[in-house]
Amino acid sequence: MTSPAEPARPWHAILRQAFKDHGVRLVPYVPDNVLRPLIEGIHADPFFTAFACAREEEAIGIATGATMAGMRGAVLMQTSGFATLPNVLASLVVACQVPVVMVVSERGTMGEFNPGQAIVCRTMRPILDSLGVEHHTLTRLDEAAFVADRTIRQAFATRWPACLILSPLLTGGRK
Amino acid sequence: MTETTENLHVMNRAALTRRLLAALRNREAVIGGIGNSNWDLWAADRTRGENFYMLGSMGLAAPIAMGVAIAQPRRRVFALEGDGSLLMQLGCLSTIAAQRVRNLCVIVWDNGIYQITGGQETPAHAAGTDIVAIARASGIASAAWAADEAEFDALVARALSTDGPHLIGVKIDAEPGREQTDRDPIRFRESFMRAMAEPV
Repeated sequence: MTSPAEPARPWHAILRQAFKDHGVRLVPYVPDNVLRPLIEGIHADPFFTAFACAREEEAIGIATGATMAGMRGAVLMQTSGFATLPNVLASLVVACQVPVVMVVSERGTMGEFNPGQAIVCRTMRPILDSLGVEHHTLTRLDEAAFVADRTIRQAFATRWPACLILSPLLTGGRK
Repeated sequence: MTETTENLHVMNRAALTRRLLAALRNREAVIGGIGNSNWDLWAADRTRGENFYMLGSMGLAAPIAMGVAIAQPRRRVFALEGDGSLLMQLGCLSTIAAQRVRNLCVIVWDNGIYQITGGQETPAHAAGTDIVAIARASGIASAAWAADEAEFDALVARALSTDGPHLIGVKIDAEPGREQTDRDPIRFRESFMRAMAEPV
């Protein structure tokens, strides 16, 4: 429980701590505005190796190789970036059962101004469901630590990829 | 080391894959790209736990190898990738260069065709694109064509003994892979992970 003297940690500090708790050291990402505080916090923390990739598929490949070689990885991206991934999720991480954690900042909902983003957003959960990849949408700060911790824990325990979707309800979204 | 594509011998992927494996002494990881690249790797030594065979995800041999190399800086890591596959993921060359992955070597088998789908010409071949020049322009200074088998051996020796990232371009013939891998991805992942848990 958080005491009044201890203000609640922001969502990005909670996620960063969940990564550390589970030994997730490698964080390849494709940048996103909403993810900025998470990316900056990870870069500032020597526990992590983090860098931008040219494409989300590439980041999944890098995290897969590292995970198979003993260094756990999480890939950060935006909704539209996730939409580029079904083939590599199906034929690499799901087929080989490699527990890569994905963190997707959700665009295309809750006041989206770009119709392209709104349409692509609708593909995300059906893709995850059809691949059998467990996903949880973080909407509340008071649940974020529990959901992030348990989702990452289960991914490694069951050797299966998992996806955390960061709702604008949690992050404030794109202004 | 050869800078240009003039005077390059056309070599054979299966034969060079065997030459590569023969040069490996320290449990080096080898990631075989989809199709013929990994079929020839499988044919060269299917008992080698340090080989990883991809099923799909065309273009990801180099990124997967990069991940292995970052996780284990003391192990040398090779990616075997076709020219058509690399074309799908050229951005990874910049990522590899930016991270200065010194224990990584990407070998590009360049026959200018999509061999497995019927031998259609790649747009890179039609345009005269030089993949080694792309790698260099992407920031991989140690990128060179292997003019013949002896130069291939020398470039592999350099990749095993000096800091990279390295890229070796090889012009190959259109001979298909002779033996296909088992389609058993979970076994491949498990045996690769077991091999990666062994010290270098």
